[in-house]
Amino acid sequence: MSYKQIRLWKDRWSANLFLWLCLFFIFIVVLIGVGLLIKSAPIWKEQSIVHLIFSKEWKPFQGKFGFLAYISGSLLVTFLAVIIGLPISLMSAVYISEYAPGRVRSILLPLIDLLSGIPPIVYGVWGVLTIVPLVGQVLAPRFGAVSSGYSALTGGIVLAVMIFPLLIRILLDVFEAVPAGLKDASLSLGANQWETVKHVLLKRSAPGIIAATILALSRALGETIAVLMVCGNIAVLPRSIFDSVYPLPALIANNYGDMLSIPQYDAALMLAAFILFVLIFLCNALSRMVLNRLERRDYA
Amino acid sequence: MSHLRIATGAPGTAGPGLGSARQSNRRRRKLEAGMAKGLMLTCTGIITGSLLLILWSIVSKGLPSLSWEMITSIPGGGFYIGKGGGILNAIIGSIYISLGSVALALLVSVPVVLYINAYAQSHSVLVNFTRLVFDVLFGIPSIVYGAFGFTLMVALGLRASLWAGILTVALMVIPILTRAMDEVFKLAPPELSDATYSLGATRWETAKVLLRQSVSGIVTAILLSFGRAIGDAATVLFTAGYTDSIPTSLGQPAATLPLAIFFQLGSPIAEVRNRAYAAAVILTVIVLIISLAGKYFGKRLSRYKV
Amino acid sequence: MSQQSSTIGSEVTWSAEGAAVNTADANAAGSAGAYPGASEPPHLSVRNLHVHVGGNHILKNINIDIPNKGITSFIGPSGCGKTTLLKTLNRLLDRQKGVVVKGAVLVDGVNIYDKEVEVTDMRKKMGLLSQRPFPLPMSIFDNIAYGPRIHGIKKKKQLEEIVEYYLRATHLWEEVKDRLNQSAAALSIGQQQRLCLARGLAVEPEIILGDEPTSALDPVSTQRIEELFLQLKDKYTLILVTHILRQARRLSDTIVFLYMGEIIEYGPAEDVLLHPREKLTQEYVKGFIS
Repeated sequence: MSYKQIRLWKDRWSANLFLWLCLFFIFIVVLIGVGLLIKSAPIWKEQSIVHLIFSKEWKPFQGKFGFLAYISGSLLVTFLAVIIGLPISLMSAVYISEYAPGRVRSILLPLIDLLSGIPPIVYGVWGVLTIVPLVGQVLAPRFGAVSSGYSALTGGIVLAVMIFPLLIRILLDVFEAVPAGLKDASLSLGANQWETVKHVLLKRSAPGIIAATILALSRALGETIAVLMVCGNIAVLPRSIFDSVYPLPALIANNYGDMLSIPQYDAALMLAAFILFVLIFLCNALSRMVLNRLERRDYA
Repeated sequence: MSHLRIATGAPGTAGPGLGSARQSNRRRRKLEAGMAKGLMLTCTGIITGSLLLILWSIVSKGLPSLSWEMITSIPGGGFYIGKGGGILNAIIGSIYISLGSVALALLVSVPVVLYINAYAQSHSVLVNFTRLVFDVLFGIPSIVYGAFGFTLMVALGLRASLWAGILTVALMVIPILTRAMDEVFKLAPPELSDATYSLGATRWETAKVLLRQSVSGIVTAILLSFGRAIGDAATVLFTAGYTDSIPTSLGQPAATLPLAIFFQLGSPIAEVRNRAYAAAVILTVIVLIISLAGKYFGKRLSRYKV
Repeated sequence: MSQQSSTIGSEVTWSAEGAAVNTADANAAGSAGAYPGASEPPHLSVRNLHVHVGGNHILKNINIDIPNKGITSFIGPSGCGKTTLLKTLNRLLDRQKGVVVKGAVLVDGVNIYDKEVEVTDMRKKMGLLSQRPFPLPMSIFDNIAYGPRIHGIKKKKQLEEIVEYYLRATHLWEEVKDRLNQSAAALSIGQQQRLCLARGLAVEPEIILGDEPTSALDPVSTQRIEELFLQLKDKYTLILVTHILRQARRLSDTIVFLYMGEIIEYGPAEDVLLHPREKLTQEYVKGFIS
């Protein structure tokens, strides 16, 4: 082979190989979904999915696997996290993008990156050390409730801090996609900066803010270790935010591998993983498509 | 005063009515803007404050129990009832798993990133779809990877081992690494590949130039992934196992730092719990060092970058 | 004709002395051998070319023969398609999504849009200078040596000779000879553009494409680049896109005037600039449209 043929051969083969790796990884998504579905088959073949989701009876020894308590626990914690995390992140992102001088910005952004690099287990330890006593001894008594401190609210607060960096990063991207000309137009009509933020920036970014929220929601929904450490893990329907809850990921993490002797137990846990996967897959796909479109709108 | 001139319609005044409204409104508008800014500052304070609070509470609680012995020895007899020993097994295990998984992830991520940035037509359907897939994979929680990894492990006939842990963590890391590198490659000016193509370079040769251009960003991406890999508990929970000794082969189980923290924290004995806090300090310090190194290399290694 | 094209790119025959003289000779031998004298057919012609980008008809029925050697300038108001036309000449354009090219670009008689054509060979025949200089992320030496290296020259001594030759040819040698191993990004922007020119020349192209190559440069650097172009035009076919009418006047032998994706007029520079036939050209040359 001549030198040139070798070059062209390398080019062609690398192209083929790389393409197949790409396709393989697209295939992995399918594989994860199908794998979890197959492994959970024993349970959804015997009991209806609707029944599994809406029953609150969880008695593995009797073959009763009602996920309602876990699902409602997950939803409550996630909901709290977003309720707490979104306004704070939104205001902070507006500050960083519109108000903060360059130097302040260049200090804040690395700090936020540090926050996103802290491992979930450390968030969990922090939650146990700080937030559990805060909720148990300060917040709950103030609202006339009795709480061990291991509660839905504790999980919500810890998760809110965990989703700060994700929310802020995405919101900053979303704000950046708003054309500067639009803001200038508002300012030159005599609107002050806050009015410009309110009427132009936030309005124009609304789809992006919603997409970011959904993304943060799905992150919170899937978080495992930190939540598991602070939520108390009691599988009953929560009646207040000071009650202990048992989110789905915690259920999987606590029991998988140990309870395989009970029939259908592992299938039930795989079903839990499958439900998580599908929910989060849909949330992610939807919000990423919205965000991608937003980004492209102004580059095109 | 401008509002006095409305009647004459002098230039510089607004239409009828607006001028007088302006004066009474101005205070309220100013107040609202001030309050909003105060609120923003408060929120930013909460976020940075929570970072400092996390670091402070971990360090203040863990530092007293941190000792040289913890970092340099493996658990001795009676370690889990509060007697001597350390968590070297978990530190080494975590480093093995993170190194292995990031290396494995690189083998997949680099070709994928090169393909979508140097080989495929820009913004083609395949490229957009691949990016979307990796965005979605990025969002999949580690517990799902853990559960999937466990299924895969059983299907392949593996035990909980270093190898299974590496494989599972790699699955979680690949999207992180790929996305981070993709961001870097997207920054490379399109004229750079125009230049190499005009010299008669093939796509493969162009890809190599792009790699060179992106070296600093790639190092940062690797460190980022390493930090994620070392800190994640849910992926290794079922797949890597846990052992008091340092693994000597890929088939043996391996302890990991997050799990060392997790298990010891559940102990009823105070000394053991204190060690969990100390282990949390160790993990936090490792992660912070990696994160700062990432920032440092991101700036440093760009000698030839255009 | 096709025979000819296969001989130019396939075997790179380098020699130490060859580096010093080759470019002109290879060119002359290739075409003048087969077609002696003035009847020499053009290296590069465009036939019935239509380009659509994302559904927009950017270039409409382009037909030109670019004369060999000398400087041909594409002029016209911004958005007229001159850069697009330039990028279709070495197939950089169709790397983008949504680009449809119909018609033919003939290089030495071979349509480069034919499926069988080896794109890398074709591109090697055409150097490119972009609006801003983009040195490769490597040292000054490696920037020049990059092209010869990928085409198979490995000997250190030979590479050193090539690098020196082309750095001299672009009058950079004296300025950079003591820091060949430093990053090319450290050079001034004018030096970078000359480096990019040297880098392109080192793969022995026949044609040099310039996409407003002086638009990012200061007046002094611009002048140096222009001087280089005038020196190179005896050996190479230069095709420049420019939006500066005075530059086109200073440099061009041939002018192609484009407007809204069509060629309005083209011919020798004096004819087009001083005695334009078309009304649109007249208005553009006088500065009424820009």
